[in-house]
This record gives sequence, structure tokens and C-alpha cells, in this order.
Amino acid sequence: MNFWARLYYRYRRYLKSMKLFATIAGPGIIVMVADNDAGGIATYAATGAKYGYGLVWFLVILGPIAYFVQEMTVRLGAVTKRGHAEAIFDAFGSFWGWFSLLDLALTDLLTLITEFIGMTAAMSIFHIPPIVTVIGVFILMGIMVLQGRYWTWEKIAMVFCLVNLIYIPCAFMVHFSVGTVLKQGIIPRFPGGFNNQIFFFLMANIGTTITPWMVFFQQSSVVDKNLQEKDIPWEQIDTAVGSVLTVLVAFFIIIVTATVLKGQDIESAAQASHALMGINKYVGAFVAIGLFDAGFLGAICISLASSWAMGEVFGWAHSLNNKVKEAPWFYLFYFSTLVIAGTVVLIPGAPLVLITLFVQVIAVTLLPAALVFLILLLNQEELMGKYKNSLFQNVATTIIVIGIIILSTLYGVSALFPNIFK
Amino acid sequence: MADKFREWLSRRRKKFVARFEKIREINRKYAKPRITMTPAVKFALLMLRIYLLLLVGLLFYKFITLIR
Repeated sequence: MNFWARLYYRYRRYLKSMKLFATIAGPGIIVMVADNDAGGIATYAATGAKYGYGLVWFLVILGPIAYFVQEMTVRLGAVTKRGHAEAIFDAFGSFWGWFSLLDLALTDLLTLITEFIGMTAAMSIFHIPPIVTVIGVFILMGIMVLQGRYWTWEKIAMVFCLVNLIYIPCAFMVHFSVGTVLKQGIIPRFPGGFNNQIFFFLMANIGTTITPWMVFFQQSSVVDKNLQEKDIPWEQIDTAVGSVLTVLVAFFIIIVTATVLKGQDIESAAQASHALMGINKYVGAFVAIGLFDAGFLGAICISLASSWAMGEVFGWAHSLNNKVKEAPWFYLFYFSTLVIAGTVVLIPGAPLVLITLFVQVIAVTLLPAALVFLILLLNQEELMGKYKNSLFQNVATTIIVIGIIILSTLYGVSALFPNIFK
Repeated sequence: MADKFREWLSRRRKKFVARFEKIREINRKYAKPRITMTPAVKFALLMLRIYLLLLVGLLFYKFITLIR
């Protein structure tokens, strides 16, 4: 074979691989980008404003952590063809099953409320009343699921994932210095020394990296997409790409607030957006759009995670490929959670701050169980066959899961007792 | 009159109980954990129970201190 023939062959092979990846990619990228939800954006914005570029290095650790955990859901979903809720019921019995399912439903509902808080706050920057935002979100989310195809839902969600990259141009618009970022942010250190406050920020960053709904969402998503064992390597790449994107977005949010708002106490992304509006209205507007998009992505994934889980356990038809007539309970549950969450945000004087704090506490009751069950299931040879965890995967995931459990528990406890780390 | 009321009440009770039939069916279906109960699995489940008890205890303590 001559040189040109070989080159053409490689090009065709590469093109075929890319096409295959484009078909299979989705669950990993969506779950990872949606991980930077409204709460996540707020955490990164606050971290940048508080510590400048000083904690950028910490973000690099978050990518592999998220990848190792989420990759397990890919194998479990593709091999067992079951969502995480059903897998827990089957393997650990009804006590742990009900505990996980009900805790997931409650955690997801509360988190959904925080996503609506983020979306309404973001749109209020453009003088759009909360009720218009909430109704607009209902319509948009309705269109996404009611068209009756998982594939279409996924591709629309991918477009929203692309919008999440809006923080990248934002960072270039505030003219950050690459040299300063490298000098201050790449070498691991704790600005101002390791104290309770920095520990709180580290916990918050870890707390937003892995959440219970992510585990349930990706596994159910892999099942709904009907991914097979042969697709696992592609889905692993999809998850890895997603973990890079999630770190990239977090990195650029920190860059924006660290460059422009350093030294300010930022408590929410909407507050950061307001502050940025005064400095550069385009950056402020971009941050607000990014916040809305983050809340929206979080909302579409969270509401689906619970609906899939309920469908799996109660035996309802629960695929996005089903029409409303074919899966009435699945869609009823999906829209009920949306309506409840949206309505709560619109109630004047609703305890939204309390809800935001309560989410952290409730999430830490479920997260350890979901992660421990994941590792235990991935070690069942009769269930997983050759896809069971290797020794390296077990060591890595056990260390990661223990670390996540300790830090997220302390984060949850700090929500209960706010002065404990101050 | 009393008989009719009792009959009505019985019908209502049956309907109410029927609503939970699905839950009972799920409980029956998943009554026995299918995972192999190795010492590691038993230890992990025990740790999870202790963890949950501690968290519930903390929540209860917070609730009491808030009320006071």
C-alpha cells in the first residue's frame, strides 16, 4: 500500500471512530457539565472571589475524582441494563432500596428548587420576572421530553452543555494574566495558610463535584440509551471528556471572579453577575446566561434522575422513547416535581435559604450509601463478569469514596452548625 | 344506616389497602438481598447503618436545640 492509500485509510478509520463517538457520546458529557449546576457555579464564583487563583490547582483533582465515580455507573448500567435504584433494590433488599429511592426523591426535589432559584435569579438580571422564567422553563423542558425520543432529548441537552462554555470567553474578556494564573494557581498551596475557612471552601468544591443524582442519572441514562457492553470504552471516553469540560468550566469561572472580584464576599452566582455588570456589562450578562444554563441543565438531569428511578422500581414504562400515553406515570412524576419546585420558588417569603442549606444535609445522608453500593456492586463477579472492578480501580475508588464521604459529611454538618469551621 | 356506613367504610378501606398493594409487591419481590454477603459487604452495610444513625442523631440534636 502506498503512502496516500494508507493515509486515506487512516482518515476513513478516524472519521468512522468520530461518527461512532458522536452517536454514543451523551450521558457522560451531559452529567459532567450538569454537575456545574447553579449551586456549583455559586461555589466556584465564591472560591475565586475569596482566594483568587490560589485554589485553581484543586480543580485539577476534581476531574479524575468525578471520572472514577461516574465511570463505574457506565459499566454497571451497560452490563446489568438496570438503573441504580433498581440495582440497589435487587442487590441489597427493600430496606436499602426504599431508603435510597425516597432519599433520592427528596434530595432531587430540594436540589431542583435550588436550580429554579438560580434560573430565576439569573433571568432577573435581565428584568425577567420569576414567573415568566418558571413558565418558560416548564415549556422548554416539556418540549424536550415530550417529543418522544431519547436521542433528540440528548442532543438538545448537548446544545445546552455547549452554552455552559460561555465562561471561557468571559475569562478572556476580563483580560486575565496567564503568567499570574500559572504562578499563583498551579503549585498546590493554601492561600493564607490552612485554616477552617479554606477547609470549608475545599469541602464545598468537593461537595459540588459528586452528588447522588449524578450516579442515578448516568446509570439510568446509559440504560435508556440502550448502550451495550461493547459501547463501554466509548462511554468511558464520553465520561472523560465530560470530566475535562466540567473542570474547564469551573476553572474559567474562578478565573473570572478571581480577576475582577477578588476580595469580595460572593454568596451566589447571581450576586457575582450583578457585581460584574457594574464592571463590564457583557461579562455580567454572560455570567447570568451561564448561570441560567447551569440551572437548566441541572434541572433537566435531576428531574429525570428521580423519574427514571421511580419508573424502575414501580415497574412503570420509563423511557424517553415512550410517548406520554405509553408512560403516563413516568411523565406525571417528572412534571409533578417540576411544578412543585417551580411553585415553591414563586411563593413569596418561601424559606429558600433554608432549603439551600437543607439540600446539603439531606444529600450527605444518601451519597455514602449510593457510592458504597456502587463499589460493592462493581465487585460482584456473577453480576459484572469481566467488567468487575480491577484491583487498581478498587483502590482508587475506595480512597476517593472515603475522601468524598468524609468531606461531604463535614460540609453537610457545617450547614447544620454554621460556626463549626469558622 | 349503620350497615350501609360499615359497608361504605369497608369499601374505602379496601381501596386504601389496594393502593399499597404495589408497595407490598415490591417488598415481596426484593425481600431477600441477592448480593453475596461476604464479610466486606456485611462490614460496609454495618458502617452505613452507623453513619446514618449518627447523622439522624445530629439532625435530631439540631432540631431540639432549635426548638429550645
